[in-house]
Amino acid sequence: MKQEIFKIEQNKVLAANTYEMVLSGDTSAVTSPGQFVNIALPGRFLRRPVSVCDCGPGRLTLIYKVLGEGTADMTEMLPGTKLSVLTGLGNGFDLSRSGERPMLAGGGVGIPPLFWLAKELIKQGKRPAAALGYNTAGEIFLEKEFRELGCEVLVATADGSYGTKGYVTSLINERFSQIYACGPTPMLKAIYALGMPGQLSLEERMGCGFGACMGCSIKVKDGYKRICKDGPVFGMEELPW
Amino acid sequence: MVDLRTTLCGIELDNPVIPASGTFGYGREFAELYDINMLGTFSFKGTTKEPRFGNPTPRIAESASGMLNAVGLQNPGVDKVISEELPSMAKFFRKPVMANVSGFSVEDYVYTCERLDKEPQVGWLEVNISCPNVHGGGMSFGTDPGAAAEVTRAVKKVTTKPVIVKLTPNVTDIVSVAGACEEAGADGISLINTLLGMRIDLRSRRPLLANTTGGLSGPAVFPVALRMVWQVSKAVGIPVVGMGGVSSAKDVIEMMMAGACAVEVGAANLTDPLACKKIIEALPSEAEKLGIASLKEIIGAAH
Repeated sequence: MKQEIFKIEQNKVLAANTYEMVLSGDTSAVTSPGQFVNIALPGRFLRRPVSVCDCGPGRLTLIYKVLGEGTADMTEMLPGTKLSVLTGLGNGFDLSRSGERPMLAGGGVGIPPLFWLAKELIKQGKRPAAALGYNTAGEIFLEKEFRELGCEVLVATADGSYGTKGYVTSLINERFSQIYACGPTPMLKAIYALGMPGQLSLEERMGCGFGACMGCSIKVKDGYKRICKDGPVFGMEELPW
Repeated sequence: MVDLRTTLCGIELDNPVIPASGTFGYGREFAELYDINMLGTFSFKGTTKEPRFGNPTPRIAESASGMLNAVGLQNPGVDKVISEELPSMAKFFRKPVMANVSGFSVEDYVYTCERLDKEPQVGWLEVNISCPNVHGGGMSFGTDPGAAAEVTRAVKKVTTKPVIVKLTPNVTDIVSVAGACEEAGADGISLINTLLGMRIDLRSRRPLLANTTGGLSGPAVFPVALRMVWQVSKAVGIPVVGMGGVSSAKDVIEMMMAGACAVEVGAANLTDPLACKKIIEALPSEAEKLGIASLKEIIGAAH
């Protein structure tokens, strides 16, 4: 974990209520796809945790959805604005378990961390596929970018306005070696119920984001874990669902 | 050169800054960022007789200049704290540490305090009779002077180290509770724990916290805390540790002027993990600007 000042390079709308923020600063503590950062916003007491969508030396890409007052504030922030960011939070996905043909399943604003994961898996010579779920066609983002990486991309919308009608679970089948999933809890539970090997990235309201306050604890099979520090990624086999 | 030293129940501290229980875990996450031996000490996560998971989530909500928490005393239980957390803490923290203890009966407090008292690393016992987020214990002892005195007396019987009783602000007359603790043998008083509050999710029309209510902390509570520290420290003859919304060196100085001999920092650690380091580093220049040569001089200066 590091606390660094980042500068907003770009902050633009991607889809309905969905924005992309590109930041520049010291990214040395960000080591693995699936990690998140925690951003201090002027006038808001708690930081806002946001998953890392892409990361390179000195450059961090975040995709966030407007869900409350804090994220609404973020949409108004102009390039050049400086933000205090805690980086390198959480464990991230375990790439060593991917197998040759992993499936990355994302729902809505759970999709962004899978993008960097796809890039890293491809670098390792793996052939990830992406199952992307959205509410409706107007909320679609990153589909093109996943295709440009060379991933097989399957899309589902809840209202059937684009791709398969329904949820991402219907796009997953036995031909995949490992499921990496991030999205709303009902989606993760449905994926868990498929009984395939995989890793789930969970979310919860957080106090600190780095393991101090016990605000985001969950019960796992062998005790209690902090989603922010011990997670957010948990192996399916760890969860008592 | 400003003298930052202060004394808490007979033990000298390099400075008055103490991260508050529940905002600092067992120190490990912060020790990754800086050498926490620069702290006066710290109060580790509230410990109970049995392991506790705590309340369901969501446990955290935001408010103007503050936050609500309803963690509910999650901790691994006193046996594991002694067998695992304390030995692991010894690797990065060399000073006497403050052991924060909670319970659901007088016997619980006695059991846990008696065990932690025997640990050489423990310098003080901070007896939390003020947790607003558990049912049938915690705060119910701190809202009644008789019950507060009973816990204090029972814990004092089985311990040798200084016992600091941590009080709740959710009372009509905090001075009477503090007085009862002093009379029952408390070596010090710490205050305030969080103020009981709640938030409602406007869309679902339900309380935001799974526990319905939670404890408010952060800068929003600072003036309330300061007032209570002032009232209590005027009324008792034992050391008072002030806390509640402290987030700067100036706040530390103000708390000491109100009567605190040491100052705990809580919610600020969660929004800035370097908060205590920054406060300690800023203390000499802030004190110097105010013509303070030694922090000990200003304790209770506003009385």
